[in-house]
Amino acid sequence: MKTTNDNGGDVRLTQIGKTYGSFTAVHPLDLTVPQGSFFALLGASGCGKTTTLRMIAGLEEPTQGTVHLGDQDVTHLPPYKRPVNTVFQSYALFPHLDIFENVAFGLRRRGIKSVKKQVEEMLDLVQLGEQARKKPHQLSGGQQQRVAVARALINHPKVLLLDEPLGALDLKLRRQMQLELKRIQTEVGITFIHVTHDQEEAMTMADTVAVMNAGRVEQLGSPTDLYENPKTTFVANFLGTSNLIEAEVDTRSGDEIVLKAGGCKLSLPQARCSAPATNGGKVLVGVRPEKISLTHADDAGEIPEGRNRVTGRIADSSFIGVSTQYVIDSPACPELEVYAQNIDRDARLVPGAEVVLHWNPAHTFGLDAAQDIDAGVETVEPDEGVAA
Amino acid sequence: MAAVTRAPAPPAPAAPQQKPPRKRGRLTPYWLLLPGILWLVVFFALPMIYQASTSVQTGSLEEGYKVTWHFVTYWDALSEYWPQFVRSVLYAASATILCLLLGYPLAYLLAFRAGRWRNLLLILVIAPFFTSFLIRTLAWKTILADGGPLVGALNALHVLDVTSWLGWTSGDRVLATPLAVVCGLTYNFLPFMILPLYTSLERIDARLHEAAGDLYARPVTTFRKVTFPLSMPGVVSGTLLTFIPAAGDYVNADLLGSTDTRMVGNVIQTQFLRILDYPTAAALSFILMAAILAMVTVYIRRSGTEDLV
Amino acid sequence: MAFVNWLKRHLVVIAGLLTLGYLLLPNIVVTVFSFNKPKGRFNYQWQEFSTDAWKDPCGVADMCGSLSLSLQIALWATLGATALGTMISFALVRYRFRARGTINSLIFLPMAMPEVVMAASLLTLFLNMGAQLGFWTILIAHIMFCLSFVVVAVKARVMSMDPRLEQAAQDLYAGPFQTFFRVTLPIAAPGIAAGALLAFALSFDDFIITNFNAGSTVTFPMFVWGAAQRGTPVQINVIGTAMFIIAVLFVVAGMVISNRRTRQKA
Repeated sequence: MKTTNDNGGDVRLTQIGKTYGSFTAVHPLDLTVPQGSFFALLGASGCGKTTTLRMIAGLEEPTQGTVHLGDQDVTHLPPYKRPVNTVFQSYALFPHLDIFENVAFGLRRRGIKSVKKQVEEMLDLVQLGEQARKKPHQLSGGQQQRVAVARALINHPKVLLLDEPLGALDLKLRRQMQLELKRIQTEVGITFIHVTHDQEEAMTMADTVAVMNAGRVEQLGSPTDLYENPKTTFVANFLGTSNLIEAEVDTRSGDEIVLKAGGCKLSLPQARCSAPATNGGKVLVGVRPEKISLTHADDAGEIPEGRNRVTGRIADSSFIGVSTQYVIDSPACPELEVYAQNIDRDARLVPGAEVVLHWNPAHTFGLDAAQDIDAGVETVEPDEGVAA
Repeated sequence: MAAVTRAPAPPAPAAPQQKPPRKRGRLTPYWLLLPGILWLVVFFALPMIYQASTSVQTGSLEEGYKVTWHFVTYWDALSEYWPQFVRSVLYAASATILCLLLGYPLAYLLAFRAGRWRNLLLILVIAPFFTSFLIRTLAWKTILADGGPLVGALNALHVLDVTSWLGWTSGDRVLATPLAVVCGLTYNFLPFMILPLYTSLERIDARLHEAAGDLYARPVTTFRKVTFPLSMPGVVSGTLLTFIPAAGDYVNADLLGSTDTRMVGNVIQTQFLRILDYPTAAALSFILMAAILAMVTVYIRRSGTEDLV
Repeated sequence: MAFVNWLKRHLVVIAGLLTLGYLLLPNIVVTVFSFNKPKGRFNYQWQEFSTDAWKDPCGVADMCGSLSLSLQIALWATLGATALGTMISFALVRYRFRARGTINSLIFLPMAMPEVVMAASLLTLFLNMGAQLGFWTILIAHIMFCLSFVVVAVKARVMSMDPRLEQAAQDLYAGPFQTFFRVTLPIAAPGIAAGALLAFALSFDDFIITNFNAGSTVTFPMFVWGAAQRGTPVQINVIGTAMFIIAVLFVVAGMVISNRRTRQKA
């Protein structure tokens, strides 16, 4: 984690953990969120991401560890004494107050008398100047969302916490609000910590993403880093889709590992292997579906040298416009997925056709085979109403 | 998450943040509870104990009472007043069934068929509440008066012949008969049936009716298989809210009935306030309470809705 | 055949309206007989039209006194029961504590108990303690039996309240007291109002428990009860009718106002 010289606004979690009876919601974890960054906590429901957020907000007391804002230890401060504000899941706008009073709430509680100018400016920032005297239930979901952001931001918190802020919006509006939130964050320069189960949302908005699973941080990094170089099967499967092939280490030469899987030889750069690779040991070889090219077996000779190759038969194909998604049965691995862009479509690539899959070895990553190969595979949409 | 196979399903937390938030003051709930609960303990629970003890005392008003564990009082009370007990249960049960039969169509009308008239009709259901129930009960004396238009019509239609034969009325009178008392009880407790019924019917998604119709259910079948089962919580709380007060009531039996329609409530009232035989009155009251609690418990268990509060 | 079909389709409506008629018939009779000029002491038979009673509603000895006593008791009982009941509701919904089951049944039982049983047992207590029966014993009894109903009404509202609202208030610098008075209480207000209204109606109209514990004090329902034995003045019907009309006007006015408000907003 990079640290800036001025760490006056960093959020530092030290060995922070939370247990409910015998259930551990968050295993002791260390985390530093640099001032001014857009940080996302990503995970499925129940992974501990919301609990972590609520411990920063002061709405949940940690069982152990400390929370620092800059140099101040806020672990035992109640929420109303922390310079931190939250955009709640489903917004929690006060139904008995109008929009103006909702936004003015925090200012008034801190004894600020003349709030009119500030509130109006804030409402203009989120483009709700006209709605000031309406009640929350008279606004649309997107408008309510913006009120919630305005209500928190007007207090100039050191950190803004967002708990699944876009969960209740439909897809199109969600896209729009993602850009809107990103714009506001750049404009005000406040640290945003954003909890979400939507990997696309996290990757679009955040500079740094922490992927959480079962109360632990699995991996932390920039969106591209996490996507291109996952360190665990959970991250590989939870962020996008990965083909994971069980392979045996054959030989090692310099910075290259050569592996065997179902009669195919695959090569993997040493630097991209997070597993201990000993000769004869097992490693999971991973490759993203869009990195793979598909060639009909008749044309196998035209494939350039030096690429990883796997043979197989097309089991299924589905045309989705920009690309065609194939499922390939291979002796190396059942059900490999391949996404082929629809540039020049080969009419021979239909279910039943014999094919060769090939890709640049630099796009291969290696994972520890002792893990659950299906960790993080989403077979059902996570329930949006249930927070973690 | 539960449906995911071999996925990273952590042991499902008991939805931690749905629990009441952990407050810093651990004594706060007890302070909040203290005055109200103390009130109920002193003026509801304690009196029950006093009453239980009174029921096994002997003595007289002049010389005072002593606890002598005189359980014979219970036996005497039961053997002397069992007809009133039976009558109470019978009248209350009849009134409850009548309330259900009369109240259900009105609740159904309010929930599904009233449209923009719903609020007006609801007001009309609740409004009679605001006139003292004693005044309204007295009005039944006028409605059921001997030789009045209603009794005259029933007589002309020979309805009274049938009811007299059944023992519900006597001769060409309705007033001062069991029918009048049951009619009064039904009237007085009908809103207590309608409102819970309406609440549970109103929660039913009207599209369920369409779905049932779409799946080849005729209207009657839809009602039997969909609407009625879904309204069961309302039926259960409605019948309880009707039966319990009806079984203990003595106002209707007194105002609309005769000495032949006296219910156990009348006996308790007379023993307590006129004859001043406190042990017998306490014993009767205790038996009534035990009987009703037993019936209610069995009923709630059997209907499977334990969570009424 | 067309008529039979129409009847079939509207059977529920017809039956429902008949029930409504059954519910309203006594009120109509009460109203009509408030204009009666009865012969003798009882107002059960129609004689001739007269507005005498309406011109002199308090013309009967002790009636308006009992009415004002009932209103006073109902007011105090409402205040007491609402305060105590609201506190209990908040404790039940918002906190975890021991003996929750016992407390729940202590609140449920008064509603599942025939009034005559509560009335009799409370009288036993008062007699044992040698308490002077009257205003205070009535008030104590009324607070006791109204309490549970207030708890049910308020609890429903507090339970449906999103706990995140209070967390949001705390997050926005409101301390525990400010959170309670600025957010919790205003949002729970409709439930508390409903509980208070119910308590008022129950207390004002109670007869059985009052009759046991009033001693020689006479509330309005007790006055009506006594009148039923001695002779019913027309003024009783006047009061009954007036109560009915005032209540309906209140409810209708409230509805019109809230309707207009929602229409303006929309």
